[in-house]
Amino acid sequence: MVKAHLQTGTVIDGFVVGELLHKGGMARLWKVTRQGADEPLLMKVPVLQEGEDPAAIVSFEMEQMILPRLKGPHVPRFVANGGFDRQPYVVMEQIAGTSLLPMLESLPRKPEEVAGLAEKIAVALDSLHGQRVVHLDIKPSNIMFRPSGEAVIIDYGLSRHLDLPDLMAEEFRLPYGTAPYMAPEQVLGIRHDTRSDLFALGVLMYFFATGERPFGDPQRLKGLQRRIWDDPQPPRLLNPAIHLWLQEIILRCLEVNAARRYPSASQLRFDLLHPSQVTLTKRAHKERRDSFFERLRRKSEPLRSLVDHPPSPAAGLAQAPIVAIAIDLDNLPEDVSAALRQTAQRIIERTPESRIACLNVQKLSRITIDQSLDEEGHSRHVQRIVKLQHWARGLGLAESRLSFHVLEALDPAEAILDYARANTVDHILIGARDNSAMRKFLGSVSGRVAAEAPCTVTVARSRKPQL
Amino acid sequence: MRLALLSDIHANLPALEACLAAAREAGAERFVFLGDLVGYGPDPEAVVERISKLAASGAIVLRGNHDEAAVAPTNRMNAAAREAILWTRDHLSEDARIFLAQLPLSVADDDRLYVHADASQPSAWNYVTSPLEAQISLSACSARITFCGHVHVPAIYTLSPQGHAVGHSPGPNIAIPLLANRRWLAVLGAVGQPRDGDPAAAFSLFDTATSELTLRRVPYDVESVAARVRACGLPESLAARLLKGR
Repeated sequence: MVKAHLQTGTVIDGFVVGELLHKGGMARLWKVTRQGADEPLLMKVPVLQEGEDPAAIVSFEMEQMILPRLKGPHVPRFVANGGFDRQPYVVMEQIAGTSLLPMLESLPRKPEEVAGLAEKIAVALDSLHGQRVVHLDIKPSNIMFRPSGEAVIIDYGLSRHLDLPDLMAEEFRLPYGTAPYMAPEQVLGIRHDTRSDLFALGVLMYFFATGERPFGDPQRLKGLQRRIWDDPQPPRLLNPAIHLWLQEIILRCLEVNAARRYPSASQLRFDLLHPSQVTLTKRAHKERRDSFFERLRRKSEPLRSLVDHPPSPAAGLAQAPIVAIAIDLDNLPEDVSAALRQTAQRIIERTPESRIACLNVQKLSRITIDQSLDEEGHSRHVQRIVKLQHWARGLGLAESRLSFHVLEALDPAEAILDYARANTVDHILIGARDNSAMRKFLGSVSGRVAAEAPCTVTVARSRKPQL
Repeated sequence: MRLALLSDIHANLPALEACLAAAREAGAERFVFLGDLVGYGPDPEAVVERISKLAASGAIVLRGNHDEAAVAPTNRMNAAAREAILWTRDHLSEDARIFLAQLPLSVADDDRLYVHADASQPSAWNYVTSPLEAQISLSACSARITFCGHVHVPAIYTLSPQGHAVGHSPGPNIAIPLLANRRWLAVLGAVGQPRDGDPAAAFSLFDTATSELTLRRVPYDVESVAARVRACGLPESLAARLLKGR
């Protein structure tokens, strides 16, 4: 292994080394540029001195393995890997701006701001999880924002790629992560649950909204394990400005048993986007920590029995799709409506973790475009919500898995497509209008949705008898 | 260079042909057969003939325990395997027997070692099924990457800087980088008798330039081979096993 000392001005594999930006325990970050190009790049070099933590090498290898396999705006773009035979490094895009770390100087933040930040981070986590990576070190210093607004998640040294060997699993007795943010199952060494990242995001939301860390910053294993049996103060106790819905969301993310958290980052995001649709449970109304005896009872249980044990990575991620059902309350024939409901039921039975959004488009005419703002318009809107709820009653779903949305638009197909794009919908269900003069005249909404949707579309029809 | 690695063919000609075709289509430039050409399956002669022709044009072929048992006395097999090997002996030509008898136990190729079972004692035919067994095999050789078979369930093991091994179950069609800084042991799946619950034939591709290993699964007509196993009077359990892949 070459112990070459990098310094400003060194040229390696065509990269010109600039200033040293960061000196950490595990790695150093250098600003670099490619010879003949101005694009700002970052070179990460592991700390390899004798007596250093062997985890530094292993976590560097993990990053070399994972980063080249990641795509999209929510990760730094990979540029090059350097081998251990000469000089180990990873070169990646340098993201402009800073991480969330400086914000810690001015906590707490407004609840709406916290929800807005978390919503963007959830989008990034959804992208990461979709690429079969669990980050396992979500914290303010690992989250940056592009000038265009997207959250970027950096530092994959503790991450797990569900399709690749987990090099970090091999010998480290202590769990690796950042103490305040680590999920209970991660404390117990489980490294393949995407919901661990939702716990960390819950800690971040709690911290940003209250100014206090829910589990402090424990330095020993016993202190880390405490979060498995001991619950934090409800956030509203620390900051009464926090809305009930935000406390509901935060405490759901902080559930010890991962099965009680959101099943996916996109479902968490869905709630952050639609606060009025969040079902408020005991979590929202919790006013103090659990009783001393309740906590003592949990403390006496085996810790492993309190956390969820997700299936092996090979079994694949839990299916937790967001399903949007487009329901035409005005023109849908009863038989098509029934076919739509049956199809929805089949999907719901197959995916018990799915989230169902019932949509209706209230078509605006060009002349009366602002009528919906007046009282009459408002009552029409409420009436439609009531009709949607009535339609969905037949699905027999818990309130917490359902939401209702009336969209107002000139173009129903475009409204449904916009909704699907904005809410990372996985599956659209829509009924086909009859072969009526209406369709001939207006064109088929379902046809256009099927052709242009960013996800799976199912078009329901009632089977016509063969003549 | 892109290598196609095929192990545990077990006299299953349709599975072998399916893998060879898929490997060629994927751009494989060289074939490595990691042993157990025969045993269990109904077509030992045809499989040996096919592979010996590939060997003549540069393929590497290793000896497995069934290849050894087909040409020399053995008492280290379970009942079904033993019954099949006695049947196999009666269905091999003299040429095939000579070909099997001269196969090497291991071959070193650049920074890679090919061997049928545990490399610490190739002729003992020990299985590598755990990180500890992988560690034993890896500590007995100096090659950066060891490829072996014998287990019929694919797995990848790697040694940490401290010398501890960690295991991984590779999924199909995922290029796994065997990082240059580490030592690796890859147990390949079986072409002719998978035991990981997927009856599709398994082989692997290794790209020497990127050091990436990719497991491939190739469907073939399992029912017809199971029918041939029965028609040949081989044990029923061997036919059932092909259908289940376990």
